[in-house]
Amino acid sequence: MSLADVDGLTTTDLPGNEVSAPRTHASVAAASAAAAQRWSPPALIVPLAGLLLAFAVVPAIGNDYWFSAILIPFLVLSLAGLGLNILTGYAGQLSLASSAFMAVGAFASYNFLLRVPHLPLLVAFALGGATAAVVGIVFGLPSLRIKGFYLIVSTLAAQFFVEWALTKFAWFSNNNASGVISAPPLLVLGHDFSDPRGRYWLTLTVVLVIVLGARNLVRCELGRSWMAVRDMDTAAAVIGIPILKTKLLAFATSSFICGVAGALWAFGYLGTVEPHGFDLGRSFQVLFIIIIGGLGSVVGSFLGAAFIVLLPILMDNIAHRFFAGVIDPGHLENLQKVIFGALIIFFLIREPEGLARLISGLRGRVGRWRAAR
Amino acid sequence: MQFFLEVLVGGLLAGVMYSMVAIGFVLIYKASGVFNFAQGSMVLFAALTFVSIVERGVGFWPAVGITLAVMLALALLIERVVLRPLVNRPPIALFMATLGLSFVLEGLAQTLWGSQVHGLELGIADTPFEVGGVMLSQLDLFAAATAGTLVVVLGLLFHRTRLGLALRGVADDPLAALSVGIDLRRVWAVVWAVAGVVALVAGLLWGARVGVQFSLSLIVLKALPVLIIGGFSSIAGTIVGGLLIGASEKLAEVYIGPRVGGGIENWFPYVLALLFLLVRPTGLFGEPRVERV
Amino acid sequence: MDGGHSHSPSLLGLRQVSLSFRGIKALHDISLDVAAGEICAIIGPNGAGKSSLLNVINGVYHPQSGEVTFDGERRQQMQPHHAALRGIARTFQNIALFRKMTVLENVLTGRNLQRRAGFVAQALQLPSARAEERRERARAGEVLEFLHLNSLRDAVVGQLPYGLQKRVELGRALAAEPKLLLLDEPMAGMTFGEKEEMASFIRHANQRLGITIVLIEHDMGMVMSLADHVVVLDYGRKIGDGAPAEIRNSAEVIDAYLGVSLAS
Repeated sequence: MSLADVDGLTTTDLPGNEVSAPRTHASVAAASAAAAQRWSPPALIVPLAGLLLAFAVVPAIGNDYWFSAILIPFLVLSLAGLGLNILTGYAGQLSLASSAFMAVGAFASYNFLLRVPHLPLLVAFALGGATAAVVGIVFGLPSLRIKGFYLIVSTLAAQFFVEWALTKFAWFSNNNASGVISAPPLLVLGHDFSDPRGRYWLTLTVVLVIVLGARNLVRCELGRSWMAVRDMDTAAAVIGIPILKTKLLAFATSSFICGVAGALWAFGYLGTVEPHGFDLGRSFQVLFIIIIGGLGSVVGSFLGAAFIVLLPILMDNIAHRFFAGVIDPGHLENLQKVIFGALIIFFLIREPEGLARLISGLRGRVGRWRAAR
Repeated sequence: MQFFLEVLVGGLLAGVMYSMVAIGFVLIYKASGVFNFAQGSMVLFAALTFVSIVERGVGFWPAVGITLAVMLALALLIERVVLRPLVNRPPIALFMATLGLSFVLEGLAQTLWGSQVHGLELGIADTPFEVGGVMLSQLDLFAAATAGTLVVVLGLLFHRTRLGLALRGVADDPLAALSVGIDLRRVWAVVWAVAGVVALVAGLLWGARVGVQFSLSLIVLKALPVLIIGGFSSIAGTIVGGLLIGASEKLAEVYIGPRVGGGIENWFPYVLALLFLLVRPTGLFGEPRVERV
Repeated sequence: MDGGHSHSPSLLGLRQVSLSFRGIKALHDISLDVAAGEICAIIGPNGAGKSSLLNVINGVYHPQSGEVTFDGERRQQMQPHHAALRGIARTFQNIALFRKMTVLENVLTGRNLQRRAGFVAQALQLPSARAEERRERARAGEVLEFLHLNSLRDAVVGQLPYGLQKRVELGRALAAEPKLLLLDEPMAGMTFGEKEEMASFIRHANQRLGITIVLIEHDMGMVMSLADHVVVLDYGRKIGDGAPAEIRNSAEVIDAYLGVSLAS
């Protein structure tokens, strides 16, 4: 017998305490409104148009500068942000090691390509991600004993250790004297994607595939389990969610995604692979992306990355146009720091769920305004 | 043996320096439950302010006075602008706010006074002297003595004064403290001000040791293992933690380092803290949290 | 509605369970039996150890001595995760819901043990994963229907009033199709009307679905009308164990705690 059979519970059994009683109406309405705002499923038109734009229109009208300096780093950082968002935003495990996993992905992909003859490029990326996932699991094991904020130490250990290991052991960089390796040409199925437009397409495709997979995961049972562990892991254990397995899956998935992002960063963006580009500062950058963009939001990772990539460029342009000569470049970098820091504080105070919430809030307001007219 | 002692003592003294920064953390954590990631930037800010004032020809003590005033003003500003709006948020949010704050302070400090390295003179000759065959740095000894004094003074503050009682009450339960009439905002302002003073002292000592430069703010990261071993809410614990970390870091670098190419001190303290956490998740001196369901 | 010592077999048995926290003894040598299919109420003054008892039963606390037998399996200690696997579900005194998720999502998490789809199936949204998701949503929907929560399925739990949150938590526990349901003060803080509602849900879950229920409750009227079997704790010791009528008349229990409230 299931609950569906228990329909004997009619309203006459109960002393008239309907859910819509005036006393509870306001708060219930608020709760439902909040839910409606969270969840506005776009019609199929929007994503299709977006794909068209991304795959056909942009490459047609874009120039090399846009690809190399803006779009590709935007895509790669969005991916890294997504990776960290899964670990920190959805599963609630604070991490400062995202760039260490990016480094592992980059170096592993490079080494696989180097040492395994005829290895397809995309397979090398996947293997690089898998290696990063393994490292992620190792440094994620302490998360069972260590809760919340203390976990930072494990991730810091990971960050510094990986950076050190990749610099110290020349084997990783193929015993190259300078420790910096150049990325090999990007050949997929015989086509060369090494020019800016090609790199853009390659990056876009990889990012899109991963984002789709990640989006499915977070909307599914696993995503719910992650959020349950984040919100209250004792309760999650009590209802039967296997905590260690869930946390380790979060670490593995997150590190895989960051690993692939690292490989793309090295191969698709910089053209070189070196450990110092993946330092603690980069980890902070990724963390800022998801704070500003919105923790626990796939779209947020993209918004945050766009922000992080575009703001410096915007500031550069403003400086040149209006304050040419007054502010020197060194100052500009420091000013950027000030602005980023101030924005983080601002977002935390005003809109803790970041740009993603800001935008969905705007959409809600526009909808109500439209409905009111 | 002598070499070992030298390395050990050098490490211990370095550890004391880490403790200085960690004390600032503990203060703020004890009083408000906030892990102030910006402590390192405050150290940098204090040191840079002091050094820039001195370079403009102001004397040592007046410069200290001015910097103190600046740090106090800064503390009040932080409490008003950053902390107060975030009063009821989960600790993670506050931590991230201090992260943002650290960036603001660093950027501001370097915009105002430039990013070059400055030397800092404390008037203590850096000539080493010998004790029982072991070479000791005068500066390090002075730092140790200062740290010790600081711990004693802070201990007195927390346990012998009414203000200290208020601070401990707020750390324990802000809501309860409010209901007995303790002014939360004043307490927090005081705590951040004291943390600012500690940052100044740490800044002066560290600046004299390594010069005043940007990497000073990265010392905050080294303070984290110190806090983990010593517990986040114990001042005495930070001294013990600092000594442990400083000594083990140096010893590891000297004895294990050469076998793996050196540079171990970059990650050794964190791995050590990590292993420690696995055994004792709340640190040596910290209070274990009882999870009530 | 009689007989704590009914003729049904014992589903849950505790033998001389003792629990201490750093020197403070929360439970002294507790032994009791809960028959399959009955509603057993645990009552006692505050601090008597009632919540600790529930926590021992589903493995959140590990007793220093004694053993727990559930569904034929004898154990001294159990992890909460295993308790859930064995068919024990529970609610908490302070509501342990996932506040940022919706009502439906919270109830869905209760179904997680019935899930089979793996990581890859979910990531690629294979037909098996999609079908499973649909099935589970339907099941969760039944629970919501049963508890009159359907109109709130998309509401964010953290913003709901207290009484409704308690109901959602009950829903999450029921969604797991448990054999034993542990309820820690399910009616605390509710109005009379809400309590009546909750009582009828509990009664129906027990009668129609055959779920054995152990609940902690302070409202004596509710206890007397709901329970088949009452256990009384005081300072971590058991001072009463029997049918509601027996307990009501027990001098020792009245002495310890009930006083005037049962004069009727």
